[in-house]
Amino acid sequence: MSRIEGVLQTLKGQGRKALIPFITAGDPHPDETVGLMHTMVDAGVDIIELGVPFSDPMADGPVIQLACERALKHGTSLRRVLAMVSEFRKTNDTTPVVLMGYLNPIEAMGYEAFADAAVAAGVDGVLTVDLPPEEADQVAPLFAERGLDPIFLLAPTTTDERIRAIADHSSGYVYYVSFNGVTGAAKINVDEVAAKVAHIHELTALPVGVGFGIRDAETAAAVGRVSDGVIVGSVLVDTIARNQTDIDALKRALTDLLNPMREALDSLAS
Amino acid sequence: MSVKLTEEMLTALPDARGHFGAFGGRFVSETLMDSLMTLEREYLRLKNDPEFQATFDKDLADYVGRPSPLYFAERLTRETGGAQIWLKREDLNHTGAHKVNNTIGQALLASFLGKKRIIAETGAGQHGVATATVCARLGLECHVFMGADDVQRQSLNVYRMKLLGAQVHAVQSGSRTLKDAMNDAMRDWVTNVDDTFYIIGTVAGPHPYPLLVRDFQSVIGRETRRQSLEKTGKLPDALVACVGGGSNAIGMFYPFLTDESVQLYGVEAGGHGIETGEHAAPLCAGRPGVLHGNRTYLMEDDDGQIASTHSVSAGLDYPGVGPEHSWLKDIGRANYVSVTDDEALEAFRMLTLVEGIMPALESAHAVAYAVKLAATMDKDQMVVINVSGRGDKDIHTVAQLDGIEL
Repeated sequence: MSRIEGVLQTLKGQGRKALIPFITAGDPHPDETVGLMHTMVDAGVDIIELGVPFSDPMADGPVIQLACERALKHGTSLRRVLAMVSEFRKTNDTTPVVLMGYLNPIEAMGYEAFADAAVAAGVDGVLTVDLPPEEADQVAPLFAERGLDPIFLLAPTTTDERIRAIADHSSGYVYYVSFNGVTGAAKINVDEVAAKVAHIHELTALPVGVGFGIRDAETAAAVGRVSDGVIVGSVLVDTIARNQTDIDALKRALTDLLNPMREALDSLAS
Repeated sequence: MSVKLTEEMLTALPDARGHFGAFGGRFVSETLMDSLMTLEREYLRLKNDPEFQATFDKDLADYVGRPSPLYFAERLTRETGGAQIWLKREDLNHTGAHKVNNTIGQALLASFLGKKRIIAETGAGQHGVATATVCARLGLECHVFMGADDVQRQSLNVYRMKLLGAQVHAVQSGSRTLKDAMNDAMRDWVTNVDDTFYIIGTVAGPHPYPLLVRDFQSVIGRETRRQSLEKTGKLPDALVACVGGGSNAIGMFYPFLTDESVQLYGVEAGGHGIETGEHAAPLCAGRPGVLHGNRTYLMEDDDGQIASTHSVSAGLDYPGVGPEHSWLKDIGRANYVSVTDDEALEAFRMLTLVEGIMPALESAHAVAYAVKLAATMDKDQMVVINVSGRGDKDIHTVAQLDGIEL
């Protein structure tokens, strides 16, 4: 069983929901990322999605675009992100880490070299935004042989036929994008999300994480009620942007954001 | 290596997943997949629909003014002293460039699909103008995304688009040129996918765009083939076209791919010179990667980050290229070369002075290379340059380089 499956199964046994934060690696500086990951673990998160910065993040809104620019300015390459995960693993071998990003940096490194290095670093899953399962036939077996979970997106526009096909190619969890749009937009409709996630649960046994548009304890709880986990990104990245010069203040601000989300999600358990 | 292409090989490409050999494909976020699959299905159906084709052909004739002439540049030929130089006059199309061939076709598709809101990216502004034009004609809402730097250097086209009723969005992110305009158009599309049709201006992007843009632009090569046979009794020995994304080049090349005797030359933007790194020539100096929905040659660094590009011509200032060109390069069917900013500017002046035809700076790259090529060929041979657009939009750029305030 992969680390991701283990964590999600344990949570399910406890009747709890996964809190999954996303931050862009290397933002505000590569030296700070591992510390921020530990801070988030201390605040009660279950899985960390670590963004691999890309020069042309087409699926992202302005908040994460700027985070990519900050990270790239300090030379945050894919190799350097893998080194951060290795560093994180020195003191944490329980919290799953999912790399989330775009295909081209992985192509540039080479699929096999990347898969080997990711496993060696302690990465658990890989979510490549611009890689639908149809184009993943080369990389999928490399991930499977090494026990890396390929995580794919589902969207409001995804047909039933595709939901089944995508679930067949996925392990760990599937990531449901709550609305048509880029990251950081505030247009989530909880009723629509609830209906779609319930439908996805009918089509696959995989846990469903929901991301896009979750900004506070209230939206986290509303989405947590209908899903297996909530993914929180832009609001954290925006917090990093606003506190980039004072790392202690930044860590407090992240904790202050994540604690109420954790409590709100756990209050659903009873 | 060079492969003899047959009709059977060509009709098999792109394959069902949109691949041209190792290139092309559909690399987009999940939200767009259903729209792309619907577009592909509908296009493959309409492609063989006589009513759709008749409407397209009629619009090309009566609205665009096709066929565009194939003109013998007699004086340029004499001055060059080599092969006969002929010009395919896409600059004479309505709106002043080849771009309109494609926007007519895609706007028709949008109408058949019932989409009322149109978005487009543009570099030099020619595709934006061509899109705004067809939207005005069909009464469609039009949004054009353009890099902020390009808005500045192509202000005439920006105003043209506004006059045509389009909203022009200046894109401030990244390098503020064509690739960033395409990023923001994709972001708009993912947000408004239910009611919006994205008219991509070049043969790049996710499948089926490289296929349908190539099909709509192939009218250039089909006409050139027929006109060449009518006027000279033979096929040209060489075709020369500029390549940014590569839509005018593929439109010219495609109907000649199985004609082994016809040499194909795609001319990329050499900017300040390939050796300086400041250029926009992924086929000459890049390597395969994935950007904007397809696998193709790209300009990128060792870590897979997209490199910034430079060209005096906004329409060629793009780090990628259509996947079919990448395939043609790898199988050795087409030759990809580059000329510098300075060579293109010199060719711009030369064609203006010698033939009274002012080419777009993009097309001037093709002129510059073709003149060099023709000089090495025999007098009974024939070179066709695709003059993909007219140069009025570039007068400010050229004047500025001359230190003249207009």
